[in-house]
Amino acid sequence: MSSQVAPTPVAPVSLPAPRRRRFRRAGWDLLGLVVLVVMVFPIYWMVATAFKPGHDILSYKPIWFPTHPTLSNFKDAINQAFFWNAVKNSLIVVVVVVALSLVLAFLASLALAKFRFYGRKSFITLILGVQMVPLTALIIPLYILMSRAGDVKGVDHVLGVDKLSGVIVMYLTFVLPFTVWTLRGFLLGVPQELEEAAMVDGTTRFGAFVRILLPLLGPGLVATSIFAFIQAWNEFIIAYVFLHTPEKQTLMVWLASFTTLRGTDWGPLMAGATLCPCPSSCSSCSSSGGSRSG
Amino acid sequence: MAAVAESDLPVASRRRRPFTRQRVGRAIAPYALMAPALLVLGVVLAYPLYKLVQMSFQKYGLSELIRHKGTWVGTANYSQILHDGEFWHVVLRTVLFTVAAVGLTMVLGTAIALLLLQVSKWMQIALTTGLVLVWSVPVIVAVDIWRWMIDYEFGVANWTLTKLHLGDFSRYDWFANPWTGFGVLTALVVWGAIPFVSITVYAGLAQVPKELLEAAAIDGARPWNTFREVTMPLLKPIFVILASLSIIWDFQVFQQLWIFLDGRPSPDYYTMAIYAFQKSFVIGEYGLGAAIAVVMVLLMFGATLVYLRQMLRTGEVH
Repeated sequence: MSSQVAPTPVAPVSLPAPRRRRFRRAGWDLLGLVVLVVMVFPIYWMVATAFKPGHDILSYKPIWFPTHPTLSNFKDAINQAFFWNAVKNSLIVVVVVVALSLVLAFLASLALAKFRFYGRKSFITLILGVQMVPLTALIIPLYILMSRAGDVKGVDHVLGVDKLSGVIVMYLTFVLPFTVWTLRGFLLGVPQELEEAAMVDGTTRFGAFVRILLPLLGPGLVATSIFAFIQAWNEFIIAYVFLHTPEKQTLMVWLASFTTLRGTDWGPLMAGATLCPCPSSCSSCSSSGGSRSG
Repeated sequence: MAAVAESDLPVASRRRRPFTRQRVGRAIAPYALMAPALLVLGVVLAYPLYKLVQMSFQKYGLSELIRHKGTWVGTANYSQILHDGEFWHVVLRTVLFTVAAVGLTMVLGTAIALLLLQVSKWMQIALTTGLVLVWSVPVIVAVDIWRWMIDYEFGVANWTLTKLHLGDFSRYDWFANPWTGFGVLTALVVWGAIPFVSITVYAGLAQVPKELLEAAAIDGARPWNTFREVTMPLLKPIFVILASLSIIWDFQVFQQLWIFLDGRPSPDYYTMAIYAFQKSFVIGEYGLGAAIAVVMVLLMFGATLVYLRQMLRTGEVH
């Protein structure tokens, strides 16, 4: 830009530099506080509403703090039809999806990270590319294929519309590519030399795998399964389109239908909304603690 | 397929060896490891994708759904949607929404990332925790919260806006007018997307060498110029990836709209994903819906071409 070096700017104010810096920092902190309050307020408002009694919720002037906290909204939400069914269904779907995709992805990412073979690069490109395909586009052919599979004898035990197992298979469309990609990254992070050293010391390839690679990969496996868990737990469209029977719906579909059935009953709705993300946040909290200690 | 098994073993052992069983095993191993995942992806992804393209050239209504067989109609579905005035409105609406949402997400997300560099330690921790908290809220839950906040009678938003003397918002229905409706929708989407952008950009900013910034400061560069001339070019790969991912996510917006409008959005609120869903699952014209979905995927690929090229060219694929 300019050919000559500009002189260091001279402070126009007489305040000593450190103090001025402290003032500026306080200004940034204030701005940070404003941003924090704006970002977190919706979550606070959900939790606050969930603990308020009905007449405090339906007041024209907002009541900013739940001054008369009550658990009745939570009781209402839990006693709502099919709540426990939905919790059970969500847990079944998510646990099976995470387990399946972790096993499949681990094998595939092992091949991608540890071997050089013909077709490897195109497979990686494929894995990245398919993550761009929108689920909303895939849902049309998936529906056609599932309704056809449901009419085939033998297949209809697993696949078909309105089946949890069908939803589990479909969840692999978005969880599996993502899991392969993430696990491959973690595998590449483990230094090759460690395994080689173990093999030089006389361990077999399998022994090196079990004693060296797996323990080092532990945190990566945990992190990947949490990401997969959250993705599957929060999914809505597939569950909404494919699960018609109320007994088979997952928690997100339950919450969405809660909205349409009792649109203005905000207390129990907010209590239900507060409960919905719990398992995924708990799993991420506990495991982040666990991986730190491990 | 001729497999080139290049072992990771030390060089000394990589001599020309006879065609042993072990060697064959090493050549086959990667394919055997990948086979299960490939099989599943083929069934749940590749075949449905093929089916989607095939269906877009077929008449596939409810009677075809029962017979499990579509009737080939060539490009009739495509010419129907391309000559449909409403379709172009839907495309325009989706593009406008995407531009607004992605632009706001990127600008605000980057601003918060820069702010994170300036604040004190405890504020940094508090702000990051808040961002992660927002990030962890499922979309369905977020929609319910925002519905409650903008409730026309008891919503906190209308009360606050009225108190701030920005107009009379008591009993104001945000979704009566599609412009304000999409405004709320954009706010909701941007709110949910900011944490990911902020935290990623912040991580990228932490990797910018201090020396470069100091050198720029010594040369007398103003903060804004330093950001534009030093930080931006270094972070360009991250920005390209974040913008592309945001485009992909926002262009296919569905759930937020669908739940906000009780699963019965009026035509003023159709985006491409809603339009495709409406045509297939409400009207029962699956072929038409598939054609719309194919156009949507093509538009998205076009918009993220830079990202795809960068991914293929740079070190990502090794």
